[in-house]
Amino acid sequence: MQTVKMVVTGPFNAGKTEFIRSVSEIDVVSTERKISSVAERKMKEATTVAMDFGRITVDDDLVLYLFGTPGQRRFDFMWEILSEGMLGFIVMVDSSRPETFREARSILETFHAYAPTPYVVAANKQDMKDAWEIEDMRHVLRLDSSVKLLSCVAHDRSSVKAILLELLYSILAKMENGE
Amino acid sequence: MALRGNLRDFTITQLLNLINLAHKTGALVVEGPSQTARVAFREGKLAYAQVDQEESSLATVLHKAKRLNLGQYRSIQQRTAHISDKELGLLLINAGYLSQDDILLNLQQYYSDIVQRLFTWVEGFFHFDIDFLPPDERICVRMDLENLIIEGSRQLREWEQLQDEIPSLDMSLKFTDRPGANLRNINLNVEEWRVVSYINPRNTIRQIASTTKMNDLEIRRIVYGLLQAGLIEITRSENAAPQVPTVRIFPTEDKEEQKSLVNRLINRIRSL
Repeated sequence: MQTVKMVVTGPFNAGKTEFIRSVSEIDVVSTERKISSVAERKMKEATTVAMDFGRITVDDDLVLYLFGTPGQRRFDFMWEILSEGMLGFIVMVDSSRPETFREARSILETFHAYAPTPYVVAANKQDMKDAWEIEDMRHVLRLDSSVKLLSCVAHDRSSVKAILLELLYSILAKMENGE
Repeated sequence: MALRGNLRDFTITQLLNLINLAHKTGALVVEGPSQTARVAFREGKLAYAQVDQEESSLATVLHKAKRLNLGQYRSIQQRTAHISDKELGLLLINAGYLSQDDILLNLQQYYSDIVQRLFTWVEGFFHFDIDFLPPDERICVRMDLENLIIEGSRQLREWEQLQDEIPSLDMSLKFTDRPGANLRNINLNVEEWRVVSYINPRNTIRQIASTTKMNDLEIRRIVYGLLQAGLIEITRSENAAPQVPTVRIFPTEDKEEQKSLVNRLINRIRSL
């Protein structure tokens, strides 16, 4: 059995676990723990401390694994380990929480430094009324026009599929360019 | 859609950059700790600025810029209280007191001074109001934002340089192995000594900052100084997990097989 993996990363509460849950054929193997910080607890009850793990079986011989990273910086020692051997990565950004954009940019740079593999940025929670416009986010995240910044609603399977496909198209394009 | 947030997360420089690049029209409303500023833009150019109810009539601007003396200023206020700035500007030009360029340059200076003041606001909230229009009686300018952004960037430069030098606070510090170095012969201030006392590969910089009650900028400044003095070096935290060997991305080395694999993934995702 051959396996490949993609990593889903982003700041705390960006929607990484939800993203993987939307397409994984197994219940996401989540290592969520009850949140200890009062500030973080206001946002959600539990958070990923090691990784999320989802699976999509392609055929008898190939499986795609999706790894979700913990969002908080204090667990970033896990990031490098998770980035090993990844086909590409997705940076999730909560479009309605501009205070996390800088962190998202930093995470993107960190992962890109670990491995210069293709990536896409998913502007999640675009269904929320406070969501920033995609092009405004592009400016603030300092993404040039060649970087795919895509609208996303992580609990919507079709939206998640579109993100994964865009990442795969980028991977294929890079291979065809001989990079 | 929302363009709002907190100044702690977005600097004025970043906001101006966004407005400039996106050619936005509307007003950036910044609610600082004690004042509220409204800065209007047309297609990404600075058009107008005001702070709360601060007097910003043309006569006041010209008086503050010493282009009108106190007598002229009072006289204008008494005689032309009911006319707009545009009308006053025309009167001044026709009377030969000032040229159109004088008036516009002084207004540009006044509006850009307000924007410069905003760079010092680090606490507060902002939102972008696309419906805000400068008051009819005021004169608008059309000013590129680049120079204002550059000035703001200078103020941010120190912070960014420190971030570049010390990108992660989750690393640890250790004393350099220099046989000649003797801390007792080096002049450190109280804050630096407090940091030095916690230097240990088991403590991350973030933990030291937390214990010594320093913010990110303060701890970075001190660590940077100690690094430059060659007293300490950055090291991976001893509490971090060990590195694992490099893993291959594809299970095969053959390029065509790799492409085939990606195409299989694409087909599978499409069928989900």
